[in-house]
Parts: sequence; structure tokens; C-alpha cells
Amino acid sequence: MSGTSNRLAVFPTRMTLSVMKQKLKGAQTGHSLLKRKSEALTKRFRDIVKKIDDAKRLMGKVMQVASFSLAEVTYITGDIGYQVQESVKNAQFRVRAKQENVSGVMLPAFESYQEGTNANELTGLGRGGQQVQRCKETYIKAVETLVELASLQTAFVILDEVIKLTNRRVNAIEHIIIPRYENTIKFILSELDEQDREEFFRLKKVQGKKKEAAARDTLERESRQAAEGKKVREGGATESVNPSLPQPSDLLGGDDEDVIF
Amino acid sequence: MEALFFNADDGYIEAIVRGYRSSILNNTSYINLTQCETLEDVKLQLAASDYGTLLQNESHLSTSMLAQKCLDKLVQEFEYIRAHAVAPLSQFLDYMTYAYMIDNVILLITGTLHERDTHELLDRCHPLGVFDSMPALCVATNVAELYNSVLVETPLAPYFKDCLSAEDLDEMNIEIIRNTLYKAYLEDFYYFSQSFGGPTAEIMSELLQFEADRRSLNITINSFGTELTKDDRAKLFPSIGRLYPEGNLKLAKSDDIDQVKATCDVFLEYRQFFDGSSSTGASKTLEDRFFEYEVHLNKKSFQQQFHYALFYSFLKLKEQEIRNIVWISECISQGQKERINNYIPIF
Repeated sequence: MSGTSNRLAVFPTRMTLSVMKQKLKGAQTGHSLLKRKSEALTKRFRDIVKKIDDAKRLMGKVMQVASFSLAEVTYITGDIGYQVQESVKNAQFRVRAKQENVSGVMLPAFESYQEGTNANELTGLGRGGQQVQRCKETYIKAVETLVELASLQTAFVILDEVIKLTNRRVNAIEHIIIPRYENTIKFILSELDEQDREEFFRLKKVQGKKKEAAARDTLERESRQAAEGKKVREGGATESVNPSLPQPSDLLGGDDEDVIF
Repeated sequence: MEALFFNADDGYIEAIVRGYRSSILNNTSYINLTQCETLEDVKLQLAASDYGTLLQNESHLSTSMLAQKCLDKLVQEFEYIRAHAVAPLSQFLDYMTYAYMIDNVILLITGTLHERDTHELLDRCHPLGVFDSMPALCVATNVAELYNSVLVETPLAPYFKDCLSAEDLDEMNIEIIRNTLYKAYLEDFYYFSQSFGGPTAEIMSELLQFEADRRSLNITINSFGTELTKDDRAKLFPSIGRLYPEGNLKLAKSDDIDQVKATCDVFLEYRQFFDGSSSTGASKTLEDRFFEYEVHLNKKSFQQQFHYALFYSFLKLKEQEIRNIVWISECISQGQKERINNYIPIF
């Protein structure tokens, strides 16, 4: 039987049977729970994939606009890169990380916010200031998109891993653990049945032996009685007056041989 | 009198510049350039122009490289002119470089304030604004030292007089210093060019007045909604230009673009800047209109002979041309063909 290899090494007793049944029940509950979790995660995962797709497309557009606005600035004011880099002391655009719980999975979510004053508001005062500000705005938008995309991507990676893990567990429970318990239960049941049958057979055999012995006894007694009767008839009537006297001792002796218990 | 002796000293240079002028890309070249699909095509189109030899040996093209090459060419031409010039033209040409010097000095001051290694900044400086003692700026560790040891020697020293006090020179004020210097420079250049008299004074006054007005307008518009107070704003306006004095006064009090517009309505030439579109309008921005008008003025200076304004105009036109080429190649490399026609045609 193929199931024999796929079962737990336990003694087939009624105790283990009840323990196994409990375990099977637990495994089934766990399976359904995990399955539901995996479904919830997959749903979320699909949402995120869709969002990532949108965000990536958007990012392409936004980045294009942003780099073009930088080209506009360069057209009007020339290279201001160094000036802008140097006039910044604190980051105005910041990112905050927080956690979001999706069916027991902690997903990091990044949130962007702005803080402090605009360090570059006087850049390009004499020429192209508006373009500089506009460029700054478009780049802020671009970075916002990037931040959004980053949190989506992280969530994507984490969810992917968790979904794989959960699916692995679900499959393991479904295809390994539950069959194993089932096989063990089947094995225990069949072993117990076998034991029952053996016992039954043994009892029957004992009974049969007993019957046989009883039959032999009666036969023997009858034949002895018959022989004694003949003797009495041949010997004398005095001995046949009390035939029952030696009889019980004989019976007991006969019984002693057969009755073991 | 001017015309009588002009050719003795400056005739050769003027001829050279007029020769350079004819190499400025014309409208047909621009139309060809805008039809290009890749930067390789741009290179091919430029091969027929004066830039052809520059790009010949470049295998990898990028817009920044293109801009650098074009600028190198301009600097080369300018230096040739400068080398052949005699006084007073040489002085006039020097004055033209002061604007770039201001930018360079500001750049170096910014670097010094942030205690950066100023040596790497020297590469970023505009080549036209390079002056002998510039590497010495790297030695100075603070701004007072910078002024006392280095700037005093440069022609920019008088401009610094207005804004010099060490505590002023923190980064908040860098832009204000830049504009103060530029204002002082414009005024100085204006009075200098007026000293020549004749067509030079006439044309230069028109050009510099426009430049001054443009700065005033830009500063006004760009300072809306910023920390710059109205008093500070008024201090940055050059005291030359057609808007001076009453236009500047009005600008100093303006709170929004409409008031600026009302101020400019008085001047026929400036009225057109605000016609049709607002400053942030889609197709043509205010800056574009400024550029257009600047090109128009600069073109006009080639109509006259025996004057120095031509050199100034040549430099400005060439700069505009570089901007145009860079703009067109940016549009091409970024695939934004719909805006490609925003360049300012010159001839």
C-alpha cells in the first residue's frame, strides 16, 4: 500500500487515533484559514500590480515633462545646477515611512511631505525665475510619483514573498500534511480492525476447542457407562448398585485435562 | 569724425565680426534643424555650418556636449577679436566680459560659503568671465578675505562697494548680491558706452536700456510671493532704462502681473510683451518675447557702421544661437517635437 510510507510512525491505538483525528481537524481549519489569507493577499497583490502599472506609465510622462522643463530653464538661464545645489541646506521634500497591515502582513508605505521654506525662491531672480519655479514644481510632482512608486514596489516585493510562502503552506497542508494524517488514521483503523478480527477469531477458536472437548467427554463417558453396564451385567448386580461413585472422580479427572483456565 | 578714423584701428575687427555674423544660422538652417529626428541628423545639418568642424570628431552626441562645443567656438571667436583689439575697443570688449565675471564670482562665493573645494568650481565657470586672479579666489576661506585679497584687484571691485559687508554675504543674499552687482555693472557699462558718443552711444543705450528694463521687469515678476520686500526689490532695479524712474517706481509697488502690465502699457515697445498671453502663457512666454525683442535690437545694430555696439550684438546673437541649437536638440532628444518651434530665429 502506497499510503504506508506516507504516514506517521505511531502505534495504532485508540488514543493515537483520537489524537490524529484532532490533528486532522486542526490541519483542515488551518488550511482554510491560510487559503483565505492567500486569497486576500492575492487580491491586494493584483491591485498593487495594477497601480504599479499606472504609476510607471505616469512616471514616464511626468519625468518627461520634468526634464523638459529643466531644458526650458537651461534655455533661459543657463546652467544653474551648482547654484541650486549649494543654496539648499535642508531638504524641503521629505519622505515618511509608515506601516500598513494587510491580513497580518506589514507593508511599508512611504508618504511624502514638504517642510520648511522654499530655498530657491530667489534663484533666477534676474532671469527665468518663473521657469525655475515651474521646473521645481514639476520635479516635486515627479519625485512624488517616484515615492508612490517606491512604496508600491516595496509592497509588491514583500507581498510576492508572503503570497509564495502562504501558498507553499497551503499546498503543503493540502497535499502532504492532510493526506498523511488521513493515511495514519486509515492505518490505525485498519490495524484496529485487524486486531478485532484476530481477537474474534481467537475467541471462536477457543470456543470451538471447548465444544470439541465437551463432545469428546460425553462420548467417552457414554462409552464408559456402556462398558460398565456390560460389566455389571456380567459381574454381579452389587457393583451396579452404586455406579455413580467412581463416576464423579472420573469426570473431574477428565475435566482437569481440558479446563486450563 | 568717428567714421573717419574708425577703420585705422578697428576696421579689421569689424570686418571679421561681420564675417562671423554671416555664419550665424539663417532661417532655412533652423527649418532644416527642426526636421531632424535624431541628434545625428542635427550633427549632419550643422556640418554645413561653421560648427561642422567642431562636431566632426565626436562619436557620442549629447545636448550638453553640443552646448559646450558651441560655446567653445564662440569663446574662440571672441578671444580672437579681443586679441586683435586696441584701446578703446579692447576696453569695451572687456566690459562685455564683466557680466560673465559677475556670474563666476558669485559661483565661487557660493562655493566658498559652503566650504566646498573651489577648484572644481573653476571648471564650471563661464570661459568668457575667466580672469587672471580667479584661481586665487579658491584660496580665500571667507568672504571678507575674498574681497580684500582678490576682488579688489578685479574690475568688479567698484560694483562690490554697494553691497559689501561680510555679514550680508550669506547665502540668503547671494541672489540679491548678484543682482546688485549686475545693476551696478549695467549702469557702469551704460555710462562707459555713452562716453564714446556717436552711433556707439546711440545703439548701446538702446540695447542696455532694454537689458535694464528686462531685468527690472523680471525681478518684479519673479519676486511676487517671495520674501523679497518691495524696498529691496526697488534697490535692484538699474537706474537706467526707459522705465526709469517712474516706471521703476510703479514696478516697485506692484503686487501682481496686471500692475506690471499697466506700467508697461505706456511704452509702445514693451506693451507687446504682455499682449495676448500672460507671462505663464502656453505658447510664448514673456521670456521668449524678451529674447525676440533683444534679437531684434541686436540685429538692428548691424545696420550701422563704424561703431562698437556691433561687437556686443554679435556676442548676444551668438549666445541666442547657441540657446536655439541647444533647445532644438533638447526637443529632439526628448521627443517633444511640438515645442520645437519655440526657438527665436535670428536672420
